[in-house]
Amino acid sequence: MRARRLALALTAVAALTLGACSGGDDAPAETGGAGGGETSGGGADGTIRIGIKFDQPGLGFQDGSDYTGFDVDVAKYVAGELGYGPDQIEWVQAPSAQRETMLQNGQVDMIFATYSITDKRKEVVAFAGPYFVAGQDLLVAEDDDSISGPEDLEGKNLCSVTGSTSAQRIKDEYAAGTNLLEQPGYGECVTALVAGTVDAVTTDDIILAGLAALPANEGKVKVVGNPFSEENYGVGLPKDNDVCQDVNTAIEKMISDGAWQKALDDNVGASGYTPNESLNPPKVDTCA
Amino acid sequence: MSNLVLFDVPGPRTRRRMVVVNVVAALVVAGIAAWALVLLDRKGQLEPAMWEPFAQPRTWTAYLLPGLLQTLRAAGLAIVGSAVFGLVFGMGRLSGSRVVRWVSGTVVEFFRAVPVLLMMVFFYSGIAQLRVVDPPDVPLLAVVLALTLYNGSVFAELVRSGVHNLPKGQREAALVVGLRPSQSLRLVEVPQALIAMLPAIASQLVVILKDTALGAIITYPELLDAARRFGSGNGNMLQALLIAALVFIVINYALTTLAERLASRVGRLTAGDATAEAPAMAATTTR
Amino acid sequence: MDEGYLDQFVSLFDQYDVLGAFWVNIQLTAYAAVLALVIGTVLAVMRISPVPSLRWAGTTYVTLLRNTPLTIIIVFCVLGLWGQLGITLSSDFQTNFFRLAVLGLAVYHAAFVCEALRSGVNTVPVGQAEAARAIGLGFWPAARLVILPQAFRGAVAPLGNVLIALIKNSTVAAAGSVAETSGLMKTMIEFRPDVILAVFLTFAIGYVIIVVPVGLATTSLSRRLAVAR
Repeated sequence: MRARRLALALTAVAALTLGACSGGDDAPAETGGAGGGETSGGGADGTIRIGIKFDQPGLGFQDGSDYTGFDVDVAKYVAGELGYGPDQIEWVQAPSAQRETMLQNGQVDMIFATYSITDKRKEVVAFAGPYFVAGQDLLVAEDDDSISGPEDLEGKNLCSVTGSTSAQRIKDEYAAGTNLLEQPGYGECVTALVAGTVDAVTTDDIILAGLAALPANEGKVKVVGNPFSEENYGVGLPKDNDVCQDVNTAIEKMISDGAWQKALDDNVGASGYTPNESLNPPKVDTCA
Repeated sequence: MSNLVLFDVPGPRTRRRMVVVNVVAALVVAGIAAWALVLLDRKGQLEPAMWEPFAQPRTWTAYLLPGLLQTLRAAGLAIVGSAVFGLVFGMGRLSGSRVVRWVSGTVVEFFRAVPVLLMMVFFYSGIAQLRVVDPPDVPLLAVVLALTLYNGSVFAELVRSGVHNLPKGQREAALVVGLRPSQSLRLVEVPQALIAMLPAIASQLVVILKDTALGAIITYPELLDAARRFGSGNGNMLQALLIAALVFIVINYALTTLAERLASRVGRLTAGDATAEAPAMAATTTR
Repeated sequence: MDEGYLDQFVSLFDQYDVLGAFWVNIQLTAYAAVLALVIGTVLAVMRISPVPSLRWAGTTYVTLLRNTPLTIIIVFCVLGLWGQLGITLSSDFQTNFFRLAVLGLAVYHAAFVCEALRSGVNTVPVGQAEAARAIGLGFWPAARLVILPQAFRGAVAPLGNVLIALIKNSTVAAAGSVAETSGLMKTMIEFRPDVILAVFLTFAIGYVIIVVPVGLATTSLSRRLAVAR
């Protein structure tokens, strides 16, 4: 297996084997400290491994050999600020359950995958950002005005993915009489929503907006726009990284030069959804 | 037993009646199909936009074919793994040493009883915890390991029952010409047992191929996962799943047909009964 | 295994209803087994019947269902039958999914029941059918009174294999919004990754306890019921 060999994305070995090297000479032989050691400034050698979701349209989506979505665009911008061109990025699938492990092993350099900053996670990994503040919300049929928040779900049918805590939260805290359908993915949930057999789909608002923005779903579903939780999406980094500050600077620059807004519009704008404006764009936290 | 001995060749009256019944049955089936189609149309599932993407080459080159490749990759690795596992533990169950027999028996019975899905979920998290494997490789490894342990156990059982079903004379003759019991097993009995069990082995290959689809649940990017990803990105989940199912059916059907042909050809190479069903087993060959 | 590990593991049982989850799988299996036996028998009769169209329909059913991954069948039951065609099998929301999962498991395993019965039919000597015809029995009386009773006895072992497969495959019902063992195990592993091995072994041994007796029972049953020839 490829294991440890890739712990340092910048070593010459990695650069050669991965065949994505654009520079000619050997990369500086760095030791220790997993993660992209090369700081901002043009022309870093080697590649950077970035963990994203592969199956969330509008956020992180693998479209053949292309990768699209808001997370991807932010990641590209940040990587660019750190000196990596688009062809120096190696995209890696980062399923929710594996994100901490991947960072701790140094098997990815950073993660942009709807990764909420929590105290529990901070014990094992570090975060830069946040670069977006999402909140749990509802996706409903375009012509449905009867649902404006989780309280309205009493007696209605709600869809979420198997094992997700967000649907359970609605049952526990807002509407105990909600009927819960669990499906393998959000795509299945939207299929049931469009067919009219479930009344709402729940997860973070921007994920819902990504689904609503798909051409196939346009005009059929809408995001309610009444988020009832606060999820600070951060950039997951290994605990002993030296790039947190640079990532934060890159995020601030992205927000101030309008690229952040453009990325948001490009990826989820078609859904008609606007993020919670009192919280977005967010102010980055200071690095620990 | 051939079908034809069960009944007389139908006479003219029966044939007429059959035609009437056939027409009625066809009408009923067509009626149900029409009802379903009307409902599906009302939900917009029959719109050309839902189906048209599957006529585009990109859908296949970017999603379905890479997915199929991953399916075949996992299945191929699992088949090789299962064959090795099956031979080792199958011969272990036939070993002269009681300890080896007992250990092999316990391992085989355990892994035949545990659902493959549970094994995949466990290996998926367990291997990640060990931190010796690159994360992108974890799902593949979990799929291959789970399929190998389960199907390898089934193969082990096929080896054992195949050897048991051979005529006694095979072993006796091998011992008489001076082979040791272990040599007789390895050189004479197991090869013939494998050929005799070929039909059962072939149906197990279909099981392996089909079970790779469980990998979708642990993010292994096989055919079903690729179809789901395409369906969720294009709002045609049902159509994508249907296409994936069709691809599975075609491949499995081809595999079955091929295996049956092969089995009928090599039958003369064994002293065992090449048409024998796999005998009673504690667990299964039909997953 | 030190004591702390064991304590943590035991406390998991207070938190999660493991036995309840197994009970769901057993119920899924029981209902689906009966339904699959009925459908499978009908299919087997169709495949040995004198009517070509019935034989064709039976063969087509088996070819299609046997070669489709079960996950897809279960998801189709929920998203297709319920989601698109509006078929509800119960007014209670969760019971509906349970029954849809039973239906999906049954139609899938019916194809294997049919194959098991056909192999049972193959154990019936030709003379039995010839004798039945000689005394003037038509296809249906001959099948019902002579062939099928012997075929069932000859098919006990393969039918037992199908039942065991069904027990284990009931875990795939998780894809159809049914809370059962595979879903619970996944949740438990996610919340307590430190005791992952113990969690897995608990569920695995649970299945061994269910499956091995079924295997032993069908083996001894098939010996006792075998038609002496």
